[in-house]
This record gives sequence, C-alpha cells and structure tokens, in this order.
Amino acid sequence: METIIFTVLVLSSMGVLLAVILYFVAQKFKVFEDPRIDEVAEILPGANCGGCGYAGCRAFAEALVKNDDISTLLCPVGGSSVMNKAAEHLGKTAAVKDPLIAVVRCSGSCEARPRTNLFEGAKSCAVMSTTYSGDTGCSFGCLGQGDCVVACTFDAIYINPETLLPEVDEEKCTACGSCVKVCPKFIIELRKKGPKNRRIYVSCVNKDKGGVARKSCGAACIGCIKCQKVCAFDAITIASNLAYIDNTKCRLCRKCVTECPTNAIRELNFPPKKQEVKSE
Amino acid sequence: MKIKTFKHGGIHPYDNKISAESTIETVAPEGVMQIFLSQHIGAPAAPVVAKGDKVKVGQLIAKATGFVSANIHSSVSGTVTNIDLVADHLGIKKEAITIKVEGDEWLDDIDRSDDIVKEIKLSAEEIVKKVADSGLVGLGGAAFPSHVKLSVPPGKKAEYLIINAAECEPYLTSDYRLMMEHTEELMIGVQILKKAIGVPVAYIGVEVNKPKAIEKLNSLRSGYEGIEIVPLKKKYPQGGEKQLIKAVTNREVPSGGLPIDVGAIVHNVGTTFSVYEAVQKNKPLIDNVVTVTGKDISVQRNLLVRVGAPVSRLLEIAGGIPESTGKVIFGGPMMGKAASNPNAPTQKSTSAVLLMLDGESHRGKPSPCVRCSRCVSACPMNLEPYLLKRLSERKLFEESEKNSAHDCIECGCCAYSCPANIPLLDYIRLSKTEVLKMKRNRK
Repeated sequence: METIIFTVLVLSSMGVLLAVILYFVAQKFKVFEDPRIDEVAEILPGANCGGCGYAGCRAFAEALVKNDDISTLLCPVGGSSVMNKAAEHLGKTAAVKDPLIAVVRCSGSCEARPRTNLFEGAKSCAVMSTTYSGDTGCSFGCLGQGDCVVACTFDAIYINPETLLPEVDEEKCTACGSCVKVCPKFIIELRKKGPKNRRIYVSCVNKDKGGVARKSCGAACIGCIKCQKVCAFDAITIASNLAYIDNTKCRLCRKCVTECPTNAIRELNFPPKKQEVKSE
Repeated sequence: MKIKTFKHGGIHPYDNKISAESTIETVAPEGVMQIFLSQHIGAPAAPVVAKGDKVKVGQLIAKATGFVSANIHSSVSGTVTNIDLVADHLGIKKEAITIKVEGDEWLDDIDRSDDIVKEIKLSAEEIVKKVADSGLVGLGGAAFPSHVKLSVPPGKKAEYLIINAAECEPYLTSDYRLMMEHTEELMIGVQILKKAIGVPVAYIGVEVNKPKAIEKLNSLRSGYEGIEIVPLKKKYPQGGEKQLIKAVTNREVPSGGLPIDVGAIVHNVGTTFSVYEAVQKNKPLIDNVVTVTGKDISVQRNLLVRVGAPVSRLLEIAGGIPESTGKVIFGGPMMGKAASNPNAPTQKSTSAVLLMLDGESHRGKPSPCVRCSRCVSACPMNLEPYLLKRLSERKLFEESEKNSAHDCIECGCCAYSCPANIPLLDYIRLSKTEVLKMKRNRK
C-alpha cells in the first residue's frame, strides 16, 4: 500500500514541477504568428502551384497579411473572386485584374509542318532542345514532347494526338504559368482570357524571314505586315519577322484574322462570321 | 613495350575502321561555300569582309573577338555573296559567310609546295601568335582555340606535351591517315609545339589497333629529339583528354579543372599537322581531313576538304547516300551528332561523315532501370549516370552539381552499356548545360 502512495506522490509532484518549467519555457520562447495567416490560407485554393511566385499557398497568405499594399499580388488560380475575399478579410483592397489563360503559340500541326527527321532520344522538350533544332524544318516551333503536360498540376494541357500540339483546357487552366516557365521554346504565353473567353492571338513564334518560315511551315507568320496595316487600334507590332498582338489594345474586331494569308492569327470562341452581302 | 591505359570505366565497341586504307584525296572547291563565324568554343568571330568583296584563299574574313575565340579565313577564292544565318547540321541557325567559288587563287605568302621545312625559325611567342593568327582550333572534336592551350597561365607550369593520336572513336580514320601520310610533318609539328610551351619531351599516344602507325612513327622518331611513342590499350574513350592524361602521366585532372592544372597540354594529331602548316608554310586553317564512311558506301574515303564545303558534295563523291542508310552522323558513332540537315557545310572540327545502316541506327525502347550499375562501371569519369539521370528528370540541378554532372565528357559509355536502353546521356547532357549555366551566373 505504502509503495503505491509513494509512487503516486512522486509522479504527480514531478508532473506539476515539469508543467511549471514547461510553462515558463513556453513563455520565454513564444513565437507570435498572426492568426490571420491561417485564415487567409483557408480562403486560398490550396493548390500549392506556385503561380503567385511564392513557395505555396501558405507563403502567399503570409505575404498577403504582411504587405500593406497587396495590389501587386495575385493568386492566378483563384482569380479576382478569391483575391477580393482575402482582401476583404484583411481589410485591404486587391487590384482588379483580368483573368488570364495560357495560349500555345504554334500552329505547326503534322500537316502544316511535315516532320523532316525522327527523334528517338529522351522524351523531353528540354533534352530535345539541347540536342538540336527539332524534328521539323521550323527551329522555333513546338517540339511536342510534352514538358508542359508534365508541368501542369491542373491537368489542363494535353497533346492533341492528331496535330501533336499541346492544347489548353479552358475550364481547367488557372494561368499559374508553370507551363510557360518549362517550355524551352517560349511558345506558351499567358494572355487575357477576354470577354466571353474570346481572344485573338498570333499562333506562331517563328522569327525567320518570310520565305524561310513559309517553306518550313504552312501556318507560320511570315511578317508580311498585312495585319498591322489593317488594325485600327495599333495593337499589332512586328519585330524580327513576327507579328504580336498586344491584348491590352486589341478590341477583338477580327479584321486581322481574315487578312492573314497563312492563318497564323487565331480567333477563339467567336460565333461564326455572318456572310457579308456584297453591294454591287 | 608497356601498353598504358586509364583505370576506371570505358567500353570496347568494335572499331570498324573500314576506311583505314583509303589514302587522303583532295576535294577541289566548287559551287558555294558557307563558312560559319562560330566554329569554335568561345565568342564568335566578327566578319571583316562585306557582301560583294572579292576574297582569296587564306584571306582573313572574320576576326576573333576576345582571347577565347578564333580567326576565320576564306577557304576558297571568289566573291562574298551573303552574310546571313545558315542552318548547321543540327538545324541550329548560325551566322555564316557565303562565298561563291571563282577559280582557286591563293594569297602569295602561303607556301603551297610539298617541300618539308624542318628548321623552326620562330620564337616561342611568335609561334603562339602565329597559331592564333591562323585560326587554329582543336581538331579532336571540341574545337577549342589552340593558342589558348599554348598560352600557359602564370603560376602554372607545363611539364607534359601529349599528342592525342588515340583515335578511339570507331569508324574514324582521318588522324590515322595523317599519321601514315604526313609523318614527317607531324614530327616537325610536335617540335614546334614543344618549343612553344618549353617542354623537353613530347608523348604521342596511339592506340595499339594502329600497329602500322606506331611502326611508322617509331621509325621516324630517331631523327627528332625528345619524342616518345606511348602505345595505348584499345579502349573507348582512350582519346578523351582526361583519360589520355591519366594513361600517359598517371595524373588525374581535378573536377572542374583543366589539363594544365596537372601540368599537361594535349593536342590532337590533326591540330599538330595544322600547326606545322601554319608555322612553316604560313597556311591558316582552311581545310581538314574528313572521313566519309559507312558499311554500305561503295568506296570509303578520306577527303581533304576545304572548310565550308557542303556535306552533300562529299556524299556525292562517296557515291551518294545508299538506300540502307538510317542516319547521317557528323563525327563518330559514339560522340558524333546525327545530322538533321545533311546539306549543312563542314566546319573546322568536322572529322567524319558517317552513314549508319538503318538497322543499326535506331535506339531500343527504354524500360525501367534495373540497378545493374553497368553505367557506373562504364563511366570513365567516375560519375553515377543512373543517379544523374534521375536528378535531371526531376530538374534537381543543384543536386546534380553536387554529383558533378558538369564533369561529364559526354562520351556515351553509360547509354552504350545500359541494358534497359535508357537514354542516360540525353538527360545528363541537359544537367550539364544547366549546371554550367548556374555556375556562369554565379560569377
């Protein structure tokens, strides 16, 4: 009996003593963390894609809480709805930003751009581009090994088995930009999603002279400046034989699309054009 | 006679030197030549001629920009028709000078006679300057400007001059033909190099699968002072710079270091011959021996080709591309690169054009790694290819650096020995490029 009482006494007094020590140690080494960080992290999508430029959603939440001005920060996955929610929670204002989407600027399908050789090396665009210019005549275009597909954490990009070009799933793409970073040919660009998902872009990155570009790919931009001439809003610039449409200036009038002789300018999600009645 | 070799790794591919007995034939220039401004490691040369200019053979057409760079000379006489981007054999567009060939008019101060000039008149400094002026680059493959190698940095001392005559790469015979046909010139070339860097003895390393060359070199050696012939075991990559140094001197070049760090300077046979021509004959580097070979080619060729000649012409001389060809390779089967553009012009460092049979040119289907570690035993640089491949696949380039991906010499032994057909070198080459990029950015 005595042994039991002795044991209980010793153990409980040890417990109390250690609890007191622990209490003071905890006070001494206390780290204050803003509880809002966890709250904001709850609001964020939790995809940890790194599209915001931070290591993950929690790091981004920390940045949102710590910075007074959050107008430069954006969660591309959540878009403005999530940003507004987070900003409201913190009593700050988020900048209004148009939703973006990844576009693949290459139209070199198997038909337009015949394969000139066979690549049997490692299935990776990065490896292929360090080895040589590619398996077609065009040294700028898509290599089709699918590094962007591997990089996408949202399963939003896939290789079309017919054209062997990557295609973006508009529903799933969050514009996190990981495909943009991984493409060794710099083909993928983040552009404004546009009203009703309508957008126009030059689907080519070939900087060769017109003749050379045309010879290697039927759908290449040949830098003929026809689109630049027809554009009423100065949205098109031509640099080193390649047209580029500035999507902040473009008003989606679609004049350039019909003007382009090689169909290198693409329109997406537009209703089919009405047949123009020619007045004679 | 002790046969030397390097210790770790290496493979034994069948040597296939089927063009070994074809004597060197000269290809007369004709048509249009395209001469790249960047045929060497380092900064591209800057053109000093303009469109429409008339040039003669041996005339300087592009000047080196910086120390690690090389002059480019016209290999033909004619008119400059264009200075524009031209696709090389890998399809990569590089700046090139296009010259339309008109006649064959040489600069007057180039000695074109066959006389062998033995007496070395120039001093050591003058030799290095001459080598730099003549646009000499290493003809072993890497095309590193030769004068850089000859200029020993302060604080370092050259103790060994090694002439790389191993020619361990299968199929290639251009160096062998030079040794057989221009032995005397080579010996003088070695003397010039010895004088330039101030060493008493030079070692010529030859693989034992070339007994005739060893015999020939030995028979002429007595006429010259301080030349040792070192027979080397037939093993690939015996002619790798670091492997050759290990074999001859038993010294190991440190990771990330240069041969001069262990007191060695290595020059290729082709380069040595060009040094002779530049110093004794005043002839800049405008031509080199290119082996045109393949199992189904009707006549095997070793051709003396002017730099910038279209490869299609060389193939024409060799009787066209046979039906059975699977791929055209610039260089040998181990380190050469498959050409996606067989119309590309030759460069200073083009050592061979190889037509591989279709049956031999395809890679097997890769299957998962079975951890047999054959790649580790085969790697002559003591690397772990399977690990580097995995790191590269996951884009862990900092980790690759810790595992010395930048020390890879791209010899291809790992991929050759892999029973699972894994394209190890493809991935390691990617790591190597990325690691070197990281190192450069850190400076």
